[in-house]
Amino acid sequence: MTKRIEDFTVTGNRFINKDIFLLELQAEGKLADLKPGQFVQVRVDGSPETFLRRPLSIHDADFERNTIKLLVQLAGKGTETLSRLQTGRKLNLIYPLGNSFTIPEQDEKILLIGGGCGVAPLLFLGKHLKSLGHSPEILLGFRNRERMIEYDEYMSIGPVSLATEDGSVGEKGFVTQHSLLAGKRFNRIYCCGPDRMMKAVAQYAFANGISCEVSLENLMACGFGACLCCVVDTVDGNQCTCIDGPVFNINKLKWQNSESA
Amino acid sequence: MAELGISIGSLSFKNPVITASGTFGNGSEFDDFFDVSRLGGIVLKGTTLEPREGNSYPRMAETASGMLNSVGLQNKGIDYFEKNIYPRVSSYNTNVIVNVNGSYVEDYVALAERINKLDRIPAIELNISCPNVKTGGMAFGTNPETAREVIRKVRAVYSRVLIVKLSPNVTDITQFARISEEEGADSVSLINTLLGMAIDAAAMKPSLSTVTGGLSGPAVKPVALRMVWQAANAVKIPVIGMGGIRTVNDAIEFFLAGATAVQIGTASLIEPGTSVDILEGIGEYLDSKGFGSISEIIGYINRKQERTI
Repeated sequence: MTKRIEDFTVTGNRFINKDIFLLELQAEGKLADLKPGQFVQVRVDGSPETFLRRPLSIHDADFERNTIKLLVQLAGKGTETLSRLQTGRKLNLIYPLGNSFTIPEQDEKILLIGGGCGVAPLLFLGKHLKSLGHSPEILLGFRNRERMIEYDEYMSIGPVSLATEDGSVGEKGFVTQHSLLAGKRFNRIYCCGPDRMMKAVAQYAFANGISCEVSLENLMACGFGACLCCVVDTVDGNQCTCIDGPVFNINKLKWQNSESA
Repeated sequence: MAELGISIGSLSFKNPVITASGTFGNGSEFDDFFDVSRLGGIVLKGTTLEPREGNSYPRMAETASGMLNSVGLQNKGIDYFEKNIYPRVSSYNTNVIVNVNGSYVEDYVALAERINKLDRIPAIELNISCPNVKTGGMAFGTNPETAREVIRKVRAVYSRVLIVKLSPNVTDITQFARISEEEGADSVSLINTLLGMAIDAAAMKPSLSTVTGGLSGPAVKPVALRMVWQAANAVKIPVIGMGGIRTVNDAIEFFLAGATAVQIGTASLIEPGTSVDILEGIGEYLDSKGFGSISEIIGYINRKQERTI
């Protein structure tokens, strides 16, 4: 998949809760071929503190309108600048970057587990799976009602279950404590969220012999394999999150018996 | 169009723009962005005899107008290089240079001997300035005696063009440039990264697993330029300048200070096409100033000073 450097136009930008915003960008021409799990590197101009590009996973892609959506959590100067971008402004992207989620071939019972802003790549993945005839279920976890993100679009993919740490919406507790995991057997889990959550989900998957892929978010400089900064410790040694990932099968990570939430 | 060709020792470069080691992977990472063969040369990722995993994550921290890294020379070793990387980079129509590293003098020598046999590698860059390894690296390049020893021993076994990459973490850069020249190096390249550190105030701990790392990017440019100017005035061998070059003007400053060629480093990580953009810009600058060749501006400010003093 050829990587491109292109200017996109901001066609939408709004906060969906206190610290997560949804950025919609339109390509100038035809959108490059994208796969669920891939990410873009966004250049943030205007400050010496935003020297590097910001890696953001692709939340959704519309190949007819040639738009992509990025679900972004405020994390510092770079994301703050992005959150203030007005419609019509240009944004320079390097894309598409990284590998993608493995798409199952036959009928499998699939569960998508997302936590916080980590739900981002799962919408694109879920829609793609559904278009291929799969029927994934979705489990989303948030700290509380205020930190929740809208999940209407996920409901068009399949049944959505919710967990919040304070029980203000859905079941109380972490996603790994949700009754969905006690009751049903899934063959395959795709997970993205905070490290602690992904590690806990990985333990559940290991214990139940479920195939599981997680999408990692490491500090990154280039995003295309040139600098070797964003490595993760794998059974094959240090690998780059940007080109060997961001999606990893948990069997590849040294997460067995790792500390869980 | 102005003549852009330069020579480093016996090696001709079609233009003076080279990519810096550690910021250009092994070249192929940039194939999607531009034709790598347009460049004067590329310096590949630091290579060692044995595979190295590098340091633990986190090994990069963004800083104002720059970044710290403590990657620590992760690479798959020379056997892998010969089998998998060498055949691929051999197809580039540019000078492919290997950045040579070791923990001990013997490692550098053995690696240089191996690379001496590779016909499509016309030069090595002897890295005695990596700040991110426990043994070797900068330890060699900040001590005059060990620097001299490693350069001398590598020179004895390596017959092609030998470039010595110098560390800025020294009191007097000219001392190390002179030692390189005295021991038969064809060129010196500088600067490698400046030793620095960053602390995550919120987490109250160092940003890098190694605590310290190497600073690069525009933040270091004035320091790099000063050192290139000093080195160029101290030795007769060509100096390859680098450190924070991001724009055409940055590159021109290095030529005016005395650099025969420039290396583009960290900027390529953010704008992958920086090196070719700069290459085009150098030609335009020379044309607009009415110069017929790049050699006319190399060390220009030094000549100008002589004239006016």
